[in-house]
Amino acid sequence: MKQFFAFIKKEFYHIWRDKRTMFILLGMPVVQIVIFGFALTNEVKNSKIAVLDFSKDDATQSLITQLDASRYFDLEKNLVTYGQVEEEFKKGKIKMAVVLPRHFSEDLKHENKVQVQLIADASDPNVANTLANYASAIIMDYQERITNGRKMPYTINTEVRMLYNPQLKGVFNFVPGVMAMVLLLVCTMMTAITIVKEKETGTMEIMLVSPMRPQLVVLAKAVPYLLLSIVNIATILLLSVYVLEMPINGNLLLLVGESILFTLVSLSLGLLISAGAQSQQTAMFISLVALFLPTVMLSGFMFPIENMPLPLRVISNIVPAKWYYSIVKSVMIKGMGIAGVWKETIILAGMMIFFLGMAIRKFKIRLA
Amino acid sequence: MNAVVVENIIKTYGKKKEVQALDDISFEVNKGELFGLIGPDGAGKTSLFRILTTLLLADSGTAKVDSLDVVKDFKAIRKRVGYMPGRFSLYQDLSVEENLEFFATIFNTSIDENYDLIKDIYVQIEPFRKRKAGKLSGGMKQKLALSCALIHRPSVLFLDEPTTGVDAVSRKEFWEMLKGLKQQGITMLVSTPYMDEAALCDKVALIQKGKILSIDTPVGITEKFGRPLMAVRSSRMLQLLQQVKELPGVQDAYPFGEYHHVVLKEDDAVAPLLDFIRTRKDEGAEITVVTPDIEDCFIALMKTDT
Repeated sequence: MKQFFAFIKKEFYHIWRDKRTMFILLGMPVVQIVIFGFALTNEVKNSKIAVLDFSKDDATQSLITQLDASRYFDLEKNLVTYGQVEEEFKKGKIKMAVVLPRHFSEDLKHENKVQVQLIADASDPNVANTLANYASAIIMDYQERITNGRKMPYTINTEVRMLYNPQLKGVFNFVPGVMAMVLLLVCTMMTAITIVKEKETGTMEIMLVSPMRPQLVVLAKAVPYLLLSIVNIATILLLSVYVLEMPINGNLLLLVGESILFTLVSLSLGLLISAGAQSQQTAMFISLVALFLPTVMLSGFMFPIENMPLPLRVISNIVPAKWYYSIVKSVMIKGMGIAGVWKETIILAGMMIFFLGMAIRKFKIRLA
Repeated sequence: MNAVVVENIIKTYGKKKEVQALDDISFEVNKGELFGLIGPDGAGKTSLFRILTTLLLADSGTAKVDSLDVVKDFKAIRKRVGYMPGRFSLYQDLSVEENLEFFATIFNTSIDENYDLIKDIYVQIEPFRKRKAGKLSGGMKQKLALSCALIHRPSVLFLDEPTTGVDAVSRKEFWEMLKGLKQQGITMLVSTPYMDEAALCDKVALIQKGKILSIDTPVGITEKFGRPLMAVRSSRMLQLLQQVKELPGVQDAYPFGEYHHVVLKEDDAVAPLLDFIRTRKDEGAEITVVTPDIEDCFIALMKTDT
């Protein structure tokens, strides 16, 4: 046991003395959270719109003010002719144009019917769709206000409630994703690289000709990264709660426990990679290509798995991050307890045992 | 009682076993002996060391260290041998002191416990104990590596080319240290490509292309040379070598430092050579009788072998 702790102490020296790597490991979650939280977001905010108002009466003014006042739109320009609409789109400045016909107010009052045209830039279909929906909602809202509660004959009102994330914040989606990514990167890649480094520099040769059991060498290398990951989990959770104002609805202990379980899965994977790789480059390459890409693509974090073709959906099941991502979403956002995530937990635990078993089996007690 | 027994070890590399690293090697090392394994790069020295330190498996043959089988009892062997690989293999980002302490703990001991064993070596690097191992000079790195390999008082110490890439003074110091360790009763196997170091061993094995050419004491090996050896020189060395080779009675001639060494077929074959040198008009032409050293023997053995 004394040997084991001496080894861990040595490992901490390595990490502590390589300041640049340590800084990257501890700073990465902060940077990722900040970037995803404030820069890379698929939420639609302050989109520039142009208005082509042919009637310029009270009603249109009031509607335009309401659009402009919402946090989704910014009025960029008032247009005069139809030709200008296309012109503005081509300049790329605006995302949507609102066309209000002549006699808007009169038609609304006397004929009880008026048409508003929304023209959206669908080169990005998702954004166009979202914008059109937001605009329609605001117009509906306006209409309800002018009818002022008067009962209209035959109307069906849909009342939509967005559960768990009423404001449709993107944060809710990416915080679990970033957690999975950071843990995978720190645990799998760093563990694999440090073990292979001992092979490359020849220190593994000496460690093998020592009374220390080879399996213990490998486990001792994993411990510091486990601790580092716990620090990272804490950083991410603190940032999400206090900076991004994302609530933790479920049990914090359960969340941390599941995160540690995922960390162990990642560590086992790292150990498995290190058993096979002979150079640091190989270890890094395998970690990136075989793990990082599937995690980003197939965990459901970037792209919904439900929309994928069957083969990809099947493959996604062997990506550990998919299960962890689902657990974090359930616990953190939906506030579920262990009863809601036991299946995923068992799958992750099974993966850990499998990878760890393979790693220890494949670990060479000799050089070749 | 033998410290190391090697019997018919064969080791090949490659999928089709096309690279023969060790070709039916057998030898024994007595307890407390300083045993030298002398041979050029690629002779199979490192492969042999790795088999003996349980790091590699031989294709066939058996080997025992301290009466323990290198395959079956590898765990027990790993506890009692010391191994210093050819490449500097300590932690470069740990200080001298931290490296030593780490290896002491890994081997279930402490620096204090065996300090007397490494004292003579360690005092030389102690002034730099706070320095990172990666920043030490070549000679100091070797001393630290030796200290780390010794810290658990191994019964057999394997040193794979400990003096390669080390300056002449440090090399000499290093061999002095090994002599000191011999007094402590530690069996040592040292490999080296430097022929001049062979004379410092109790017993040497000359190894070439995976085969042992000869095993004996350094004196024994040179005595077996058995032919007269002359050293010749002149101001036109290249021409001299070609001409000497064609003389009758000359077995072999090769450059050797500032001289050419000429091996004669028999004692009375010296006359034509003497005549030849005397009749030459080169400046500084000279000829002397020399006693063969290990390198001469190695060259002779290599040529009879092929």
